[in-house]
Amino acid sequence: MRVALMVTCINDALFPDTGKAVVTLLRRLGVDVEFPAEQGCCGQPMVNTGYLDEAVPVVRNFARSFAGYDAVVTPSGSCAGSVRHQHGIVAKRAGDTELATAVAEISPRTYELSEFLVDVLGVVDVGAYFPHTVAYHPTCHSLRMLGVGDRPTRLLEAVRGLRLVDLPDADQCCGFGGTFALKNADTSVAMGSDKARHAVESGAEVLVAGDNSCLMHIGGLLSRQRSGVRVMHLADVLASTEAAS
Amino acid sequence: MTGTFLGMPPFPEAARAALADTQLRRNLAHATATIRAKRNAVVAEVAEWEDLRLAGAAIKDEVLLNLDTYLVQLEQSLVAAGATVHWARDATDACRVVAQVAKAHGVDEVVKVKSMATQEIELNEALAAEGISAWETDLAELIVQLGDDLPSHILVPAIHRNRAEIREIFRSRMAGAGRAAPDDLSDEPADLAAAARLHLREKFLRAKVGVSGANFAIADSGTLVVVESEGNGRMCLTLPEVLVTVVGIEKVLPSYADLDVFLQLLPRSSTGERMNPYTSMWTGVTPGDGPQEVHVVLLDNGRTRALADDIGRQALRCIRCSACLNVCPVYERTGGHAYGSVYPGPIGAILNPLLKGPGLDAQTDSLPYASSLCGACFEACPVRIDIPTVLVDLRAQVVDAHRSSSGHRRLPKPEALAIKVAGWSLARGDRLSAAARMTGLGSRVASRVLSRRLPGGRPAITRLPGPGARWTGARDLPLPPAESFRAWWRRTGGGR
Repeated sequence: MRVALMVTCINDALFPDTGKAVVTLLRRLGVDVEFPAEQGCCGQPMVNTGYLDEAVPVVRNFARSFAGYDAVVTPSGSCAGSVRHQHGIVAKRAGDTELATAVAEISPRTYELSEFLVDVLGVVDVGAYFPHTVAYHPTCHSLRMLGVGDRPTRLLEAVRGLRLVDLPDADQCCGFGGTFALKNADTSVAMGSDKARHAVESGAEVLVAGDNSCLMHIGGLLSRQRSGVRVMHLADVLASTEAAS
Repeated sequence: MTGTFLGMPPFPEAARAALADTQLRRNLAHATATIRAKRNAVVAEVAEWEDLRLAGAAIKDEVLLNLDTYLVQLEQSLVAAGATVHWARDATDACRVVAQVAKAHGVDEVVKVKSMATQEIELNEALAAEGISAWETDLAELIVQLGDDLPSHILVPAIHRNRAEIREIFRSRMAGAGRAAPDDLSDEPADLAAAARLHLREKFLRAKVGVSGANFAIADSGTLVVVESEGNGRMCLTLPEVLVTVVGIEKVLPSYADLDVFLQLLPRSSTGERMNPYTSMWTGVTPGDGPQEVHVVLLDNGRTRALADDIGRQALRCIRCSACLNVCPVYERTGGHAYGSVYPGPIGAILNPLLKGPGLDAQTDSLPYASSLCGACFEACPVRIDIPTVLVDLRAQVVDAHRSSSGHRRLPKPEALAIKVAGWSLARGDRLSAAARMTGLGSRVASRVLSRRLPGGRPAITRLPGPGARWTGARDLPLPPAESFRAWWRRTGGGR
């Protein structure tokens, strides 16, 4: 099985350790993941802001970069959601049937990390060790667009040393929302402040989620409020072992 | 006289003002959490809920795709049952019909059932201009009307008011509109309701003309349906001699049997009840029983525009339950006024632009962006309106409307320029790599002058200039690391 890592632009530039964690984790599970170097963005920032024409070359590059792989795995529910639900819309806009075919080919084989681990590899215990109290925030696109369900929490529950605590109002949006965080910054911060408060109330040392974009927002608030709670991507937790810690 | 939404600022600005009102935020958080819990409990009881949602969506879609046929059938049924049918292209047409009926009977007042369609067309204001008082009889609408206020929720329009405020409105304003509130009025809900009952009873008994909307209009029988909780609707629909009903053309259902689906979906989604207290149905004129002159105004007012929109059309399935408002994290924090329309919340964010069209005014154009696209609305919608997908499509319509006007391209806004730059650099790996090298370079310089650290140890950016300040106003940002993932992969061959 040829597996490609779609690292996502936010992880590439801001959270490269999460990309490395996915590589470490997948190799440990016997998957020799490749990184197609020509890959760029999934196009979601353009699509969700209304710039469909500008998204066309981005989606075209995605389809070209990942053509021929059996699976594309990405540490982001939001970017996986964009590939699966928006690339078809962009291809239709472009009126490019070749692109539409390419998109239809690769979209269903694009998986968010927890989906890939549980559904494709069939593992729940990935051999991780993380001796901390953790609360899990289900990000909206992983929860509602992809329907990852309890896959992430099953993975976390199997981590040795990890204590999973409830996050109050867990399924409420954190308020990141891509360009929403800037276009409606006040509302975004109001939503995020409640999420940050719930993270503190949960008693967790670490707030975990499957999207670094949401975590950048929640973590930015937790940091500004000097709460002491830190945020970590699911991949970073699952890659941790006794040897590494 | 009620207030007007005319001239409201775009959503971000209106939201900022609402967010600063901490009492409002507490009221809304409490009210929406309560109604969410009620809804979840009664929805969970219905094993076939998802099938009901599918059925509701399918019935509405079938109607919308054959609306021309169903509307003509509805008109024929209504006329056969003794009603007079009026077709209204827009708000002005519809208001004129109601005013003409009132004037024909020489009245200077009408009593009203709570109705979104009449709010939408600003009927009360139009009638006031003709010297006719339109009395709202729903308790919450009465509070809004007496307070010269604006509705902030589809189902509970005074959700932004607490009981102390309501007592004050009743004490200071009721006397000017009819029977005064008692001097010793307390802020106990039962006392407030009793004062409203006495005040309204006079109006019910006096009024010659009633005005309503309708939740459903049955094409094959001409039966109109109003679903309500307080019984004020039943009074307005049965006591006056003349009844005028304003119905959006999307409210048609093929036959009585279809109510089976919608009378299960609506109360559970709306008030979180298994069944609403009052469901009134009438079919034209029944000799000797109820209004002897019945008018029905079939209202377009932008609905055919929405119908022509391939993706947005589904918004016309809406049964005005307001479940999407109650689950929306944006609505919960900003309240309804920030949306600048009688249709607030997620449904308002799509319905208003669909009825009016993109590119006409900044307020309407701001609405599709008033969402984090979390998808909670779609999950709660009893007729499965995929609101996030419609929002994203409307955003594209807003951008497209601004791309070109009168044949030449407008100068790019900073946002359009930023998206173009981002699109160019994010489209390909080599360009992204160049961009990452630049941020990495900046980071090495910046890390020397930054002292704040995020929990976990990474250096933090706490202040950005320009538009970046919208982020750092309340949020720290991790400093980009010196080496991007792709640079690391290239340097180490994937860490091997």
